[in-house]
Amino acid sequence: MVKRPAFDEIRDSPRDELSSLAQWLDQSDPAELGRRQQAAEATFRQLGITFAVYGEEEAAERIIPFDIVPRVFTAAEWSRLSEGLVQRVEAINAFLDDVYGERRILKEGVLPEELVLGNPQFRPEIAGIRPPHGVWAHICGIDLVRTGPDDFFVLEDNARTPSGVSYMLENREAMLRLCPELFANFRVAPVDSYPDRLLTTMQSVAPRGAASGPVCVVLTPGHYNSAYYEHSFLADSMGVELVEAADLFVDDDRVWMRTIAGPVRVDVIYRRVDDDYLDPLVFRPDSMLGVPGLIAAYAKGNVAILNAPGNGIADDKAIYSYMPEIVRFYSGGEAKLPNVETYRCRETDAFAYVLEHLDELVVKLVDGSGGYGMLVGPTASRAEIDRFREALKAEPHRYIAQPTLALSTVPTLAGEDDGLSVGPRHVDFRPFVLTGAKGVQVVPGGLTRVALTEGSLVVNSSQGGGTKDSFVLAENGQTQEAGRQEQRMGGMVQSQIASAQVASAQVASAQVAGSPTAPAQILSAQTLPAQALPAKSVQP
Amino acid sequence: MILSRTAASLYWLGRYVERADFTARLVQATVRLDVLSSRPAGEAAWTSALTVLDANEAYAATEAPVAQAEVVRYLIVDRQHPGSVARCLDMARDNARAVRIALSRDAWTAINRSWLLFERRAKPDAGTDRAMRLVEMVENETRGFEGAVHRMMRNPTTWLLRLGQAVERADNTARLLDVKYHILLPEGETVGGIVDRDQWTTILQTVSAVTAYRWLYSDGLVPANVIDLLLSRSEMPRSLAASVEEVVDLLNLLARATGRHGEADRMARTRAARVQRTKTADVIVSGLHEHLGAFVRENAELHAAIGRQFRFG
Repeated sequence: MVKRPAFDEIRDSPRDELSSLAQWLDQSDPAELGRRQQAAEATFRQLGITFAVYGEEEAAERIIPFDIVPRVFTAAEWSRLSEGLVQRVEAINAFLDDVYGERRILKEGVLPEELVLGNPQFRPEIAGIRPPHGVWAHICGIDLVRTGPDDFFVLEDNARTPSGVSYMLENREAMLRLCPELFANFRVAPVDSYPDRLLTTMQSVAPRGAASGPVCVVLTPGHYNSAYYEHSFLADSMGVELVEAADLFVDDDRVWMRTIAGPVRVDVIYRRVDDDYLDPLVFRPDSMLGVPGLIAAYAKGNVAILNAPGNGIADDKAIYSYMPEIVRFYSGGEAKLPNVETYRCRETDAFAYVLEHLDELVVKLVDGSGGYGMLVGPTASRAEIDRFREALKAEPHRYIAQPTLALSTVPTLAGEDDGLSVGPRHVDFRPFVLTGAKGVQVVPGGLTRVALTEGSLVVNSSQGGGTKDSFVLAENGQTQEAGRQEQRMGGMVQSQIASAQVASAQVASAQVAGSPTAPAQILSAQTLPAQALPAKSVQP
Repeated sequence: MILSRTAASLYWLGRYVERADFTARLVQATVRLDVLSSRPAGEAAWTSALTVLDANEAYAATEAPVAQAEVVRYLIVDRQHPGSVARCLDMARDNARAVRIALSRDAWTAINRSWLLFERRAKPDAGTDRAMRLVEMVENETRGFEGAVHRMMRNPTTWLLRLGQAVERADNTARLLDVKYHILLPEGETVGGIVDRDQWTTILQTVSAVTAYRWLYSDGLVPANVIDLLLSRSEMPRSLAASVEEVVDLLNLLARATGRHGEADRMARTRAARVQRTKTADVIVSGLHEHLGAFVRENAELHAAIGRQFRFG
């Protein structure tokens, strides 16, 4: 357990904007919230918004628990965070461009050379290849934690194939449907422009020489993959093909997909498969998976791959501890978003410190993910610590350690059917940052993960974590409802949006009639045609 | 533009939904024949149901008795049996999931809902009552799916899906008629006797054509009429005539939209023309069984030609 009391983002907040949320919470009956939450989860199951848990039987499809109490960022907090995120992602892109190019950062001794060149995440095969428009990390998910009103830290960078953005979008849809009153009281920045922004990002990095409407696709490992729902959701909401490796082939250093009308040229690939399974000719000769020749086509500049192969070197946990130096090196300034203090077990002094303080620290495998290969000292048993100590001593270079942070909490609905109550639970946050040929943008929202077990700090969905909607309050900008009018035509969820709009309009107008941003007024503002049509026929 | 893999999944989705629906109907009609008729047909009824579904040998291998409870369980919930409704829905949902972005949300949720019904309620040891309630729910969902498909965009996605349904439907109707033909053309049994009426009704129920029969034929239940209805009446959606016409129409639509036509179109057109010319009376004289056998084989060849034409075979 964390000894210091954690900062609660709603209850302890000095932010005026949040008093009405606290009020809403106090006035809401937990049982009613529970009913709404169940309705949301039933919808998720029907839509198949599921993920598969590896190691369990194939059919095990679970939904990620959804919590109905939102998490809120004020406009001021968000603008500060955004600046830090843009700076960090720009540095990540510059770093990748450098280590696979000139290697200035190594030549100037900012990073130990062997840490990069000897890192299994470094891909010598692609050194010297420059992606179209010099963009490497097109889609980044930067994991943040908060410990106080103004204290945000980067816990982890995800510059390969970060997932979770579909939850950002689906959670918002669910909240709009279930708690329309919140959107009448809060001016929440819309997130549903994400698919459009992603498509624009993809189109912007199309190879020069591609036709004016470049052919973009999403590449998935297939429908047994744990994140398949997200892959199909993104392809659908962008209106592009969802392909598997077997649908693609390379001929004459160009990438084609097999369609019923014959081969069609592909210009931009948003791949959601690991580097290892991109091209068996380059990365895994033993593998049957992938598209033979893809990297050759990429090297020729004939196709854009998002994110670029080789990005693993930028979000490696061993490199992470150098991010402050990396940001300084490329931006010339201090990192606006600090790292969590990190001990590198590869360094003798740090390692000695870690061994002595195992019960206070969080120790992680540098190449682990999903909460596996991890020790949370303060909650671990004596035996667990001893076992971990042995593993650590055997291969210290594979581990880093961080102090246990008093992660902030957000009120969360907990308990079983009749004993529901709202209590604090620890959260983290993954905002999504897009980089195209024209620069970096942050979508106003993200994925809030919540540890549903009281006191737990592990938020991973594979280990019992849930998700929440994340509101970013608009300063004077668009509200959620106004933003919806023009967006998402033709997407898979269109029908749902329409019904959510109507439902939220009805409820909201009943509750806050007269409010200047009441959605009902926006909906009814459509003007009627000047000339009336003849009356509809009825049976005499 | 449609990926060949997507085309394959859409086509198979159509086939499996149709197969699940047909199997469910056949089981319902057979239960009725077995339980409700004044002279229970018993084992014979279930043997013929298994034969229609091409599952006789596989069932024999399980060494279970040919009796209602066991056969119903086998045909509805047994996941070991590749043709059970549960497995057909598994396959349909797998294909739907692989192409879910090509489907409308309504169409996808209808499939997913019927699959979830089975996931949650189909216990391997489900009794007949429970299995039959499941079947009823599945029928509702597949009707919902049909409705959703008809509201999908009128484009190659929908046509490929319906092509799979039409090819499957032709196969099912031909097999149903073939297995029941000795009942329809009885030797010894008094024509119009009690068993006959029940047997004919079973067939008509399986293809949901009881009312259609009354509309089209005024002279009561006559075997030759039932055969005529299922072979040649294109007003009846599950007749061979209607199915082969639909296949031609769908291939035409696909050819116009994708510019792909070839062997499958030619085969389908030739077959449709022949079915149109065929007189039921001649078929009865020359041999219904041979006629239907040839039809099922030809249908399988057309199926293969479709795969080649759209590059997924």
